[in-house]
Amino acid sequence: MTLSVRLKADLPIALDLSFEVKAGEMLALVGPSGSGKSTVLRSIAGLFHPAQSEVTANGASWSGLPTHQRRVGMVFQSYALFPHLTTLGNISIALKETGEARTIEARRLLKLVGLSDVANRLPAELSGGQQQRVAIARALARKPDVLLLDEPFSAVDRPTREILYKEIEALRSELSMPVILVTHDMDEAQRLADRMAVIDKGRLVCQGSLAEVALDPRAMRVLGLRETGAVLTARVKAQETDGLTRLEHPAGVLFVPQIREEIGTEVKLRLLAHDVMLASQRPSEISALNVIEGTVLSITPGDGPGAMVRLDAGGEILLARITRRSVAALGLNEGSKCFAVLKSLAIARDRVHR
Amino acid sequence: MDWQALRLSLLLASLTVVILVPIAIFSGRRLALSKRKSLPIIEAMIALPLVLPPTVLGFYLLSAFGRSSPLGQIWQSVFGHTLAFSFEGLLLASIIVNIPFAVQPIQRGFEAVPQELREAAACSGMSPLMSLWKIELPLAWPAVLTGAVLTFAHTLGEFGVVLMVGGAIPGETKTIAISIYDKVQSFNSSSAAQMSAVLLAVSITTITLTFLMSRKIGRRLS
Repeated sequence: MTLSVRLKADLPIALDLSFEVKAGEMLALVGPSGSGKSTVLRSIAGLFHPAQSEVTANGASWSGLPTHQRRVGMVFQSYALFPHLTTLGNISIALKETGEARTIEARRLLKLVGLSDVANRLPAELSGGQQQRVAIARALARKPDVLLLDEPFSAVDRPTREILYKEIEALRSELSMPVILVTHDMDEAQRLADRMAVIDKGRLVCQGSLAEVALDPRAMRVLGLRETGAVLTARVKAQETDGLTRLEHPAGVLFVPQIREEIGTEVKLRLLAHDVMLASQRPSEISALNVIEGTVLSITPGDGPGAMVRLDAGGEILLARITRRSVAALGLNEGSKCFAVLKSLAIARDRVHR
Repeated sequence: MDWQALRLSLLLASLTVVILVPIAIFSGRRLALSKRKSLPIIEAMIALPLVLPPTVLGFYLLSAFGRSSPLGQIWQSVFGHTLAFSFEGLLLASIIVNIPFAVQPIQRGFEAVPQELREAAACSGMSPLMSLWKIELPLAWPAVLTGAVLTFAHTLGEFGVVLMVGGAIPGETKTIAISIYDKVQSFNSSSAAQMSAVLLAVSITTITLTFLMSRKIGRRLS
């Protein structure tokens, strides 16, 4: 049930890209606003018609088919729930089943997204998070060959987003089709997606695992230096009594704000490059708890005062963005040994994932 | 009190609504979704009956319905009587005159339905016709109601065009508005007052019902 997409257009937005998503895989399509990521989703759904488009889903070509004949589930940014229909009505209207089977399936989907108790409410009477769940249930009602999520978390506040992330993770076993998540949030992409593709000006800049994309200079250029960060893999070692969790990494011990994972669990941490300090000697009497040893692989000066330093830290790559002045002061060169300093509290919980 | 004229007016108004509203739904929706460059010209043509003096409109319709016009000749050969000065001719004229009253509010109603909802309907597997029936019409319903009521009320009150196209044949083309005029001309002011009062009551009732219903629907959806 693979989805393969090839799009090309000049107007009204330039598009030239192709990619595939496997069954059960979630691809995060990341890019700045105006990069064309939503247009890609709309082209797959048949809501936008690029000059050339080849979309193949589940072995069938969708080229030339109108939207309602493409088995696509779409969650819109503002959810686009039908305002005159109840929660149950919004879901059952997208169902192919008739009669009693329809009601049973609608109730099953409602239960799946945890909305059984608001079945008879209108969308205007639901909270943002509940509306999003209705939108997801409606998208799944059609048993789609492809599920498209267009920035589905942008309309809810942070705490709600956290709950919805957990629910999407729990739903993943239901999602046997290819899934595309459009987002501009790298943390969201890291948390939910299996793979990432970075898009800019209608072209794919790079794609791969999050760790690969995070280190790709082409992606950095598109996503901006403030979002740049490497991904380290560590293992939960102990839960400390003072609200910290101790992680073990080949390059050293890391303390992070408590994460609720079993001891021994492998977690991925995204460390933003501008949160990493470098020192030529192991610093002592310093508030930062995490000091890990590394070797400089490369130093890339930027246009401004900064420079990006790539370090080998216990076999993984760590990025540090420091000033060129500091590079000179520390006498850093390729092959230099140095110490990376990380504040525990800079490693926000939403940057640590299983 | 000219009951025959009232009955005729109500029949004319009802038939005009029944025939025109479905046409207005399809054309209004098309116009609402249209991105053509010629859209303003089409909209201007639709609005034309609003600005044209009824006598001028009536004159052109009379010419188009007359025995010397192609339409009039075809009608004559098929039905054996002229289209002008007949109830059918009056109905056709009434439909044409009322196009802006029905189409404009309905077009606005469909324009107010967010494009995203149409897209969501298509993504939910609904064909354009299904989307119209299940999503767009229920949302644009107050606008359709407004179009229908405006058409109905306007048909009851239309004078100039009716006189030009229909003459004033009792039971065939003599509507209540013309009957009121006749009564005033023949100094029967008590009868004219009676009929005016009936027309006023009908108008107040329909327009109040419309506002109440669209308010109710609007509250349900907001």
